[in-house]
Amino acid sequence: MPYKNRVAVLGAGLTRFMRRALETPKELAFQAASAALRDASLTISDVDCVVGITAPDAFDGVHMNAEYFADGAGARGKPYMRSYVGGGSGVFGVINGWYHVASGDFDTCLVVAEEKMSSALPHPQGAFNAIYDQFLERPLGVNLLWIFALEMNRYMSAHGVPMETFAQVARKNKLNGMDHPSSQSGISGDFSIEEIMDSEVMAWPVQRLMVSPVSDGAGAMLLASEEFVKKRGLDPVWIEGVGWNLDTSYWTNRDLYYPRYLEKAALMAYDMAGVTDPRKEIHVVEPYDPFAYKELHHLEGLQLADKGQAPRLVEKGFWDRDTLAGIPATPSGGLIGVGNPIAAAGMMKVAEIYWQLEGRAGKRQVRREARRGLAQAWGDLMQVGTVVILGK
Amino acid sequence: MRPLAGTSLSDQALTQGEALTTSWRVKAEYAWDTGAAVGKFLAGLKEGKVLGVQCSGCERTLIPPRAFCELCFAPIDRWVELSGTGVINTFSVSFVNWDATRRDTPEIPAVIEIDGASPGLGILHVLGEVGEDLPTVLSKVAIGKRVQAVWKPQSEREGAITDIRYFKLVG
Ligand SMILES: [Zn+2]
Repeated sequence: MPYKNRVAVLGAGLTRFMRRALETPKELAFQAASAALRDASLTISDVDCVVGITAPDAFDGVHMNAEYFADGAGARGKPYMRSYVGGGSGVFGVINGWYHVASGDFDTCLVVAEEKMSSALPHPQGAFNAIYDQFLERPLGVNLLWIFALEMNRYMSAHGVPMETFAQVARKNKLNGMDHPSSQSGISGDFSIEEIMDSEVMAWPVQRLMVSPVSDGAGAMLLASEEFVKKRGLDPVWIEGVGWNLDTSYWTNRDLYYPRYLEKAALMAYDMAGVTDPRKEIHVVEPYDPFAYKELHHLEGLQLADKGQAPRLVEKGFWDRDTLAGIPATPSGGLIGVGNPIAAAGMMKVAEIYWQLEGRAGKRQVRREARRGLAQAWGDLMQVGTVVILGK
Repeated sequence: MRPLAGTSLSDQALTQGEALTTSWRVKAEYAWDTGAAVGKFLAGLKEGKVLGVQCSGCERTLIPPRAFCELCFAPIDRWVELSGTGVINTFSVSFVNWDATRRDTPEIPAVIEIDGASPGLGILHVLGEVGEDLPTVLSKVAIGKRVQAVWKPQSEREGAITDIRYFKLVG
């Protein structure tokens, strides 16, 4: 291994996810960072460096938002780095924390993800429009949903996926989310397939109950070197592999039916983790699910199903939380069942894999044996994939 | 387990002043130079022409035009005229505005693969004359259908992507 340190996860913490939080970004960051430190039984004086993660500054209306909330992340007087790849940031921040420690420069790193989308008026979607090309796309009157609806249509048409399959994914994640303590009010629940399929058409084929909500929230994770772990005689979860990749921003030149960026990110992470047969060696997965179709799209990019086969496996219960023969996907409830404070949502996914491998996921604990799991996020102009593989 | 932190506010808490807020409006405007490649493309639209570029490395004919090829990482300076026709690669029927408010009549964004460009290379635009409700649009529009540009009159063109009003189905 070319890296100086193996890197362990010693703790994680989350706030509630909320449509609109009373707390400021600093306060949310402080709560999540404190929860992660408590989970790791450490204090801020044990932290050598800090990584801050938050998606567009435009949500908060605060330039350099990660620096603004840095005090809440425990970063005062410490080496601090912000990492940012849009929706992919939550997982990318853990990757950044990993190489701070893997480099041998630091024994511990606290990774803190904060997102407060509710401050942007009239709706945070407005802040997203600036991702589109300013010459060739914005003058057409874009909105954020367009790009996802275009991708979903391409995916469902390429493979002949019925809308009911996407509704089944949304139902599964909303059921799983009922057992997550962070779950945003009104998001999770026992929704029928009919109710989901009859929900408002926002941008066909995207419907209201197949989309994640706007959310505020924060999450944090404490990473440490093997030496630090050995001194304390711990038997932790390890980061076994990381991967990330960026496709072209000429998104109208890509075939949107398949996430190439994610295939490359996943292969990088599998290679580092020594995983040669991911369908056997990944036991639980948290694919990024801001939309129901995205979970399936990403499971294929992760090589956990052949192209076009992830939907067929839904019908067999292969991705269900209580599966014994399949791979449980999004046992947390995901962005659809817990909420989507962007950077914090990615962090929530990594934390879920951590808790699953520790056997601490409570009612969400998968039934099959899980020794290795994967969390993934996606973002920028639909072009970036970020992957972390954890193992025990 | 210790309860998670975070205090959820209702809409009413804000609108009825139970929670205090301070607001601020961004004062910022931008004017972007259109650049070498996109500038020439937009000038072409003003003349009623759809221009593309050709990379001598990978031999792709590219739209939108660009000054360099991201595959070959080499400069591009060969321009070709493409056509105002193409094929629907994918489309949506959108009932929401940028601020998440509801629309009565949909917008129909589409990726259109332009004839003469290499396979699969398209641009974002909108479709028109295909109906104003979801069942009608879905009965008319499909991936793979042929479309053609509907231009603004020459006097109204300004060198913008909106010089093409929309694309409509051929025939
Ligand atoms: Zn080339």
